[in-house]
Amino acid sequence: MKILVCMKQVPQKDAPLKLNETATWIREDVSYEVNEPDAYALEEALRQKEKHGGEVVVITSGPARAQQVLREALAKGADRAIHLEDNAFVGLDAFNTARAFAAAIKDEQFDLIFTGLQSDDYGYAQVGVILAELLGWPHATIIMQIEKTDAGIKVKRELEAGFFQFVDMPLPAVLTIQSGINKLRYATLIGIKNAKNKPLRKVALADVQSAIGNNLQMIEKLYIPQKTKNTEFIEGPPAEVAKKLVEKLRNELRVL
Amino acid sequence: MATTAIPTTKISGGSFLLDDRRPEEVFTPEDFSEQHQLIGQTAEEFAVNEILPNVEKIEHKDFSVTRDLLKKAGELGLSGVEIPEAYGGLEMDKVTAAVIADHIAKYAGFATTWGGHTGIGTLPIVYFGTEGQKKKYLPRLAAGEIVGAYALSEASSGSDAMNCRTKATLSSDGKYYILNGEKMWITNAGFADLFTVFAKIDGEKFSAFLVEKGFPGISIGAEEHKMGIRGSSTCPVILNDCKVPVENLLGEIGKGHVIAFNILNVGRFKLGAMCVGGARVAIEHSIAYAKQRKAFNKVIADFGLVREKIANMAVGIYTGESLVYRTVGMMDAALNEVDKSSPDAAKETRKAIEEYAVECSIIKVWGSEMIDYVADEMVQIYAGYGFVEEYPAERTYRDARINRIFEGTNEINRLIITGFLLKRAMSGQLPLMPAIKKLMDEVLSGPSSDELDGPLAEESKLVGQAKKLGLFAAGAATQKYMQAIQDQQEIMGAIADMTIETYAMESVVLRTQKIIQAKGENAAALPLAMTRVYLSQAMGKIEAAAKKVIAAVADGDMLRTQLAILRRLAKYEPFNVIELRQQIAQKMIERGKYGIA
Repeated sequence: MKILVCMKQVPQKDAPLKLNETATWIREDVSYEVNEPDAYALEEALRQKEKHGGEVVVITSGPARAQQVLREALAKGADRAIHLEDNAFVGLDAFNTARAFAAAIKDEQFDLIFTGLQSDDYGYAQVGVILAELLGWPHATIIMQIEKTDAGIKVKRELEAGFFQFVDMPLPAVLTIQSGINKLRYATLIGIKNAKNKPLRKVALADVQSAIGNNLQMIEKLYIPQKTKNTEFIEGPPAEVAKKLVEKLRNELRVL
Repeated sequence: MATTAIPTTKISGGSFLLDDRRPEEVFTPEDFSEQHQLIGQTAEEFAVNEILPNVEKIEHKDFSVTRDLLKKAGELGLSGVEIPEAYGGLEMDKVTAAVIADHIAKYAGFATTWGGHTGIGTLPIVYFGTEGQKKKYLPRLAAGEIVGAYALSEASSGSDAMNCRTKATLSSDGKYYILNGEKMWITNAGFADLFTVFAKIDGEKFSAFLVEKGFPGISIGAEEHKMGIRGSSTCPVILNDCKVPVENLLGEIGKGHVIAFNILNVGRFKLGAMCVGGARVAIEHSIAYAKQRKAFNKVIADFGLVREKIANMAVGIYTGESLVYRTVGMMDAALNEVDKSSPDAAKETRKAIEEYAVECSIIKVWGSEMIDYVADEMVQIYAGYGFVEEYPAERTYRDARINRIFEGTNEINRLIITGFLLKRAMSGQLPLMPAIKKLMDEVLSGPSSDELDGPLAEESKLVGQAKKLGLFAAGAATQKYMQAIQDQQEIMGAIADMTIETYAMESVVLRTQKIIQAKGENAAALPLAMTRVYLSQAMGKIEAAAKKVIAAVADGDMLRTQLAILRRLAKYEPFNVIELRQQIAQKMIERGKYGIA
């Protein structure tokens, strides 16, 4: 099986975030890491390759720093990488990112494309789904398990409240992978050393420019929530207190 | 061998005292290559996911866990970076070795085991082994299948290793050496498979032997009840007519001292890196505790005296990183010139590393005293809770203490630092004497004003002053004692202190300058604050040490003249360290851990 894994570099989970001057995104001077669900997607792809043979290719978009996630993936066992390298890719919405990816892989023939369920920064959970639509492929989201069948694959999806759905799908297909479904491997030192010699194809913004358009989605303003604390005592007989409490939770705080 | 990220010119060991360096000539953590970062990440993840969940078991000496971890570390390649590829290693640069040591050292009990295994347990074979010995042992050591140990100390000989009583006698058929004696304080002894044992052949010729656990006549004594690093194994090794095949003689007969002294040299830098790694864990715990512990209706992280401690811890880590990576960067630059395919490669490599013996000793002394300070202040922040076993401070405090003792006590290392420099000065390898004379002429001709500009001009000037203070005191002392200065341990120690602090000062300043060059002064506010705090601390220590030396070597009018010069050299406008420490602490507390952004 030939599998493409879409990976994203995101700010480290415990990095102290600061807003940029226009308050539309965060300042660049933070530490970055691999988007966690993408790490599980990569792990799943590597396991599928180990079982069925084939190739694992990783793709990302972003400035030079984003190459680190590709090197890490190559060190863990991916065979080659594609880097859409330009700072401008950071500002693309999910639709345009998917369009850029689709354009960058138009000459490739994958059986499966994996993305993480969503990114830890924007959290749109859209790129994989849109990419499937652009390619005209079927997709399934929140995947917990993949089994190869004669006709294609059988996947296990996580639904709410402990329910699961099993779906038979033809190939090629796009799957968005849930975090925690497997145990991540380490990048071994020999893997890291060898990663330097694995092919990494760079794609410039100009190469995919014709495929993308204006962003349909835009962040107008980001702000850090103000911490406020307010204590109110409700007095009276217990039944009345409970009634008032429910009322407040429902109407004022809207948590019920 | 992988090259380090920046091209560094070959710099001779100890020359920092005389030459001024430019930021682009030093290696810093900001220069890590993609590969260094990925390897650091693997070591970090290994420590967090595999070692830390097992601390309780290891601390109670369940060494089966330790063996499993050594195996896993071996599989990941973490134990093979200093072993040539031909023998199952990865043959990577010293920066990589330091990065791994730095990140793996999150729990001292295991770090000691791993350090003993990959360092003194393995390197004797790397540097002194025959082809056969290397082929037989190195691949299995790299893989963590067998564990190495180093048996030099005895009950009555430690740093004076040559005083060893263990004897070796050639058997009558000439096939074996028969070893008799008892070794003490042997790290990993409880579960090691291969020991580098030192013994005197016929009671005279000090030599080294590779002794397998399965050889007849070797037995392991009971575990020592130690103050700290209880998660490591330390036992005596008893040799009772132990039969060692002659092909297991390591190195040349009678040349054991070359192995004994070199092996500590070539591995010492990693101890410094581990101290930095340990301190990073300690500050994280300290901040977390200070942020939740309340007193007088405030969290104690809001109190100035607690913030001062947190700031000093951060300054220690920043300076430690600067020292360690600058030094390994220099080593790598020198090692790049070694032809790895030459039959003398092992010897040349050893020599290239030995060139930086002073810097490595500095890292060892400085790093071990830094982690000791950090651990001590950690206990203080935890206060009563720092004194009980249920909280991490107590163990950290006990674990830190050994670092000043093993791999050459800090006292021995101080003597090495000054002794090595003086030896090089006497032989003319290091033009220390002309520099001292030039300084003496300069100070006698009155105050000079060497103006510097550019970022950190004031700080660079302080580094210059520190160098002068050191030279001045060393000059005064050598004038008085000449060659006999070797016997004046207190003077040698004080000169070492000045040397150590000078190297540390210069290393932080150069690193911060490099950060400013790359990112601008605004982005470097925190590194700059840490640099200034460090310079203030160091200048105080240097001045005190210089005073101590001068007072010992001069009196009367001479003393007064010398002190006037000293005061002039030590003069600077103090930084507002209270405010600087507040800023540093604020950043660390916000982040919850050490960082420089």
